[in-house]
Amino acid sequence: MKKVILEYKHVELIITRIAHQLVENHGSFENTAILALQPRGTFFGKILAQKIKSLFEIDIHYGELDTTFYRDDFRRNNKQLIPNEVNIDFNIEDKNIVLVDDVLYTGRSIRAALDAINAYGRPKSVELVTLINRKYNREVPIQPNYTGEDIDTRANDYVKVDWKDDQCRVWIITDKEK
Amino acid sequence: MSALSSKHLLGIKDISKKDIQLIFKTAENFKEVINRPIKKVPSLRDITIANIFFENSTRTKISFELAEKRLSADIVNFNSGTSSVNKGETLIDTVNNILAMKVDMVVMRHPAPGAAKFLSKHIDANIINAGDGTHEHPTQALLDAYTLTEKLGNLSRKNILIVGDIIHSRVALSNIHCLQKLGANVRVCGPPNLIPNHIESLGVEVSYDLKESLNWCDAANLLRIQLERQDDKYFPSLREYSLQYGINQEILNQLDKDIIIMHPGPINRGVEITSQVADSYNSVILNQVENGVAIRMAILYLLSSN
Repeated sequence: MKKVILEYKHVELIITRIAHQLVENHGSFENTAILALQPRGTFFGKILAQKIKSLFEIDIHYGELDTTFYRDDFRRNNKQLIPNEVNIDFNIEDKNIVLVDDVLYTGRSIRAALDAINAYGRPKSVELVTLINRKYNREVPIQPNYTGEDIDTRANDYVKVDWKDDQCRVWIITDKEK
Repeated sequence: MSALSSKHLLGIKDISKKDIQLIFKTAENFKEVINRPIKKVPSLRDITIANIFFENSTRTKISFELAEKRLSADIVNFNSGTSSVNKGETLIDTVNNILAMKVDMVVMRHPAPGAAKFLSKHIDANIINAGDGTHEHPTQALLDAYTLTEKLGNLSRKNILIVGDIIHSRVALSNIHCLQKLGANVRVCGPPNLIPNHIESLGVEVSYDLKESLNWCDAANLLRIQLERQDDKYFPSLREYSLQYGINQEILNQLDKDIIIMHPGPINRGVEITSQVADSYNSVILNQVENGVAIRMAILYLLSSN
């Protein structure tokens, strides 16, 4: 079964809300950077960064982080893990880092991201933004600081975040039909 | 693009264009890794690699070691000079003994052509050929072609010249296969007795005219005269070779265009290339060395999960 759980307009509202929450906590973003996770988190990350820039007319550091080399499932399944590009043109040392991803599920990607960040320096703090938080499937003790929507799912459900022309719709697909 | 088509890297002849492109794409990511403040990733932390060198090597060995260390692999080094090979142990026995100590991958250089392939048929580990006699040197060819793509973009229809001791060179054969798979035109140039008979059957052009060939090419790869493999006199003296086939700045100045100068090392300054050219703006010799680590990291990474 396939069901839309977030429509375009709803996602737009969420992005505006999270942009406000981030500015409330990080002010001018002078010492804060947004780091979106490759590959799927970059759609959300770019739009969120753009939203903050346009709403508050501030310049922010935006980068993209790839966690492939830090994943804990390398050589543990049949699929070859192919890395993606890293784009970080600022110094991470002593910055407040806001990690952005589309779906938080087992938490293992974020664990890998925390390792990956350290290769670039020691951030002052790290926070996590996620558009969808699948609450009951965590395998490591990681929780988001800012969430678009908390949803209850079973392990064999599939959450699809569909970006088209900077607009987003979120589907939930049950009964393993992908 | 999902995985390499082979469990081993024995030669360029056995891999596909898709494999080469996957290695290049992965190497790009590793090039970024080796320019970070912390140049190490944990991907291969549960892998042990044996570097088995039956022949001398500086660049290839250091490059493999660095690549392995930057992927967090455990490594053991083996040099034939200080080993039980001198006591009469066979290649398979030597390697099987090393594997009995739970080694997952073997990087081997050996003077006998086909040694890596032989080993791959008899043992259960990923084998990477780091040079087998006068046969192939696949990682060198990959890093050469990768360096060229950085400078020239797509190599399709680009003209690449290989100059020097073609007959004794594993770099030449691997380069020919690799460049051709990527669509480049390859020409070899050197003294007639250092160019193998029937090399045209590989689809390469042959020329004995250095100046005309340099004018034809976009990049020239200069090979070292391999005196250690020459059991016969192929030319009267190194000085004479240098006069006929050595590249100096004067020759390059006379060309209609700028060409890229490559050399797999070790350089014999003043023989196949003058210091002025080796250290010039046209030379990408040190880029080749830097890319060598990234290419080898990509190969180890991709093979280890195959």
